[in-house]
Amino acid sequence: MIAIVRFGGSNCDRDAERALSAMGIESEIVWHEDGLPEGTTGIVLPGGFSYGDYLRAGAMAARSPILAAVRDAADEGIPVLGVCNGAQIGSESGLTPGAFTTNASARFQCEHVHLRVENADTPWTAAYEAGEVIELPIAHGEGRFEIDEAELDRLETEGRVLFRYCDAEGRVTQAANPNGSAGGVAGVRGERESVAVLMPHPERAVLDDIGGTDGRGVLAAFA
Amino acid sequence: MTAYTAIVTVRLKAGVLDPEAETTKRALERLEFDLQALRSADRFEIDLDADSEQAAERRADEMAERLLANPTIHDYEVEVRRR
Repeated sequence: MIAIVRFGGSNCDRDAERALSAMGIESEIVWHEDGLPEGTTGIVLPGGFSYGDYLRAGAMAARSPILAAVRDAADEGIPVLGVCNGAQIGSESGLTPGAFTTNASARFQCEHVHLRVENADTPWTAAYEAGEVIELPIAHGEGRFEIDEAELDRLETEGRVLFRYCDAEGRVTQAANPNGSAGGVAGVRGERESVAVLMPHPERAVLDDIGGTDGRGVLAAFA
Repeated sequence: MTAYTAIVTVRLKAGVLDPEAETTKRALERLEFDLQALRSADRFEIDLDADSEQAAERRADEMAERLLANPTIHDYEVEVRRR
């Protein structure tokens, strides 16, 4: 059973549940104060505006007690995916490197973007080819990936960058970078490959009629 | 125990882009103010009781480490005053 952790202000929890269900994957929305249920086999930290984005997006949720349980589960190899606000929670809690902060545009960006799959050798990207270009929606004001240069080099060397913003042809350019992220990074994995975060929304790109199906490959890690 | 106010100032590390400060600077310029640069920071004023100034400072420092600042992008400073 995949646990989708709901905080006050989460708003992509039901999208995640519906997307997983469309893929035949059972999941359950879990209120953060109730802790992780027995038999949790995967965890989604969904998008939204937990704690109203007070202080910094994801800062409060990252320090809530359930995150200690999420960290323990991650240490056991249980897959953990943070999407959008969930990505901010993941980086604020130290599950994944870097920080997601105010978009370079200083605006909330709500649009479809192209992403290049950088490393197809992870559970989150195994459904794609390395270099493949996929299309997912973004909806965030604080998605600019910040990290110091040496650390970014290390992530790249270790193959921990999963997706980069690119144009339709797969070119990573400044024009194709919607938020000013360092290295155009849209998604990274943690120390363990079973933990990943990304700002774009794979769960909003699972049903043919709305938004395309390019997000299925990411959620397939839970299958 | 003595009453203190700890002032924690959290700012972006040098070199980290601050789009909000840039936008604020442009708005000031639109109001025809003359300025070279603008930096923004968060300031937290924390009233606390402690045995000594050092103890108050240590506690405020830990608050900054664990929540108020994000070490990836922020520097912070702590100043303690008797209240």
